[in-house]
Amino acid sequence: MPHPTSLSSFAAGARDTIPMMVGAAPFGVIFGALVAAGPLVPWQGQLMSLGVFAGSSQFIAVGLAAGQVGLLVIWMATFIVNLRHMLYAATLLPHVSHLPARWRFLLGFLLTDETFAVMNAYYLKHAHTPQGHWYFLGSGLSMYGNWQLWTLLGLLFGTAFPQLQTLGLDFAMVATFIAIVVPQLFRLPQLAAAVAAGAFAWFLRDLPYKLGLLAAILAGVGVGLALSHWQALRRAAGSKT
Amino acid sequence: MYYTWMIIGMALITVFIKAAIFMLGERAAFPIWLKEALAFVPVTVLTAIIVPMVLAPHDQGLELSWRNPQLVAAIATVLVCATTRRQLLTIMAGLLVFFAWQFGVLGH
Repeated sequence: MPHPTSLSSFAAGARDTIPMMVGAAPFGVIFGALVAAGPLVPWQGQLMSLGVFAGSSQFIAVGLAAGQVGLLVIWMATFIVNLRHMLYAATLLPHVSHLPARWRFLLGFLLTDETFAVMNAYYLKHAHTPQGHWYFLGSGLSMYGNWQLWTLLGLLFGTAFPQLQTLGLDFAMVATFIAIVVPQLFRLPQLAAAVAAGAFAWFLRDLPYKLGLLAAILAGVGVGLALSHWQALRRAAGSKT
Repeated sequence: MYYTWMIIGMALITVFIKAAIFMLGERAAFPIWLKEALAFVPVTVLTAIIVPMVLAPHDQGLELSWRNPQLVAAIATVLVCATTRRQLLTIMAGLLVFFAWQFGVLGH
């Protein structure tokens, strides 16, 4: 048993999440600053961090809102971008399925890319620990508090410098997304999926309601799936000969 | 009020996505094809969003030119990320190139 009490387990979860918190800090500041430069009022930016707590969809929503896009499109984009959390939840489910419903709801709400990475590593090492959910809570709550703090600082900082948007702060979003995407492109299906999505997004960019974005995602996922299946088939054929 | 509704809707959608599988507990079952498809979602969504932003930053047609700081900085950012694979360093380097190009090289 790695951490004997609920409190020590909670503290260990928070401590092991510190590198992730450092990494998320600039994203929080940039998000707050983008809100301050866009059509939302500052408290709405904080409300989004408090209630949505999913960085990339928050960036996308603020970007789309600045472009006068309808609610349905923003909600659809939120849905698609956050679907990956279902994958995370499905992966972690065996370790939380014994917990009471209110625990499972709370831990689900606190699930992010970062806490998933921490919890996945933790459960690989300690599969059957009775205090694991306290470790999960420590990781999730520290990420949550961290996100609120840096959002707030970005909102304050951004209102102090309203010209940030014209200075090209939207490039911060581009750089952030590149930093997330590029490390995943070293496998061929992922690379092909990204190229297809980018090409479709470019050629269909003038479709109304950001339908081009949705079409580009579908095309990219389709190309990625086709290529990974083709690779698997080729490997299977190769192993027979 | 409009943006408050936008945020409330986003929050409901996200909470549903995040908590649904945990709430289902033992009853949750995931088809393999869906798992495979979801794995491609992050790269496709993020790429589809930034490619038009980089290629046509002013919504006025293709700007394949060294005078487009978004394009120059995006290429630099990709290169830094591919060689170092460090996120924070990548973002800082990308912003640095962007601002240096915008104000230093182009002078506006």
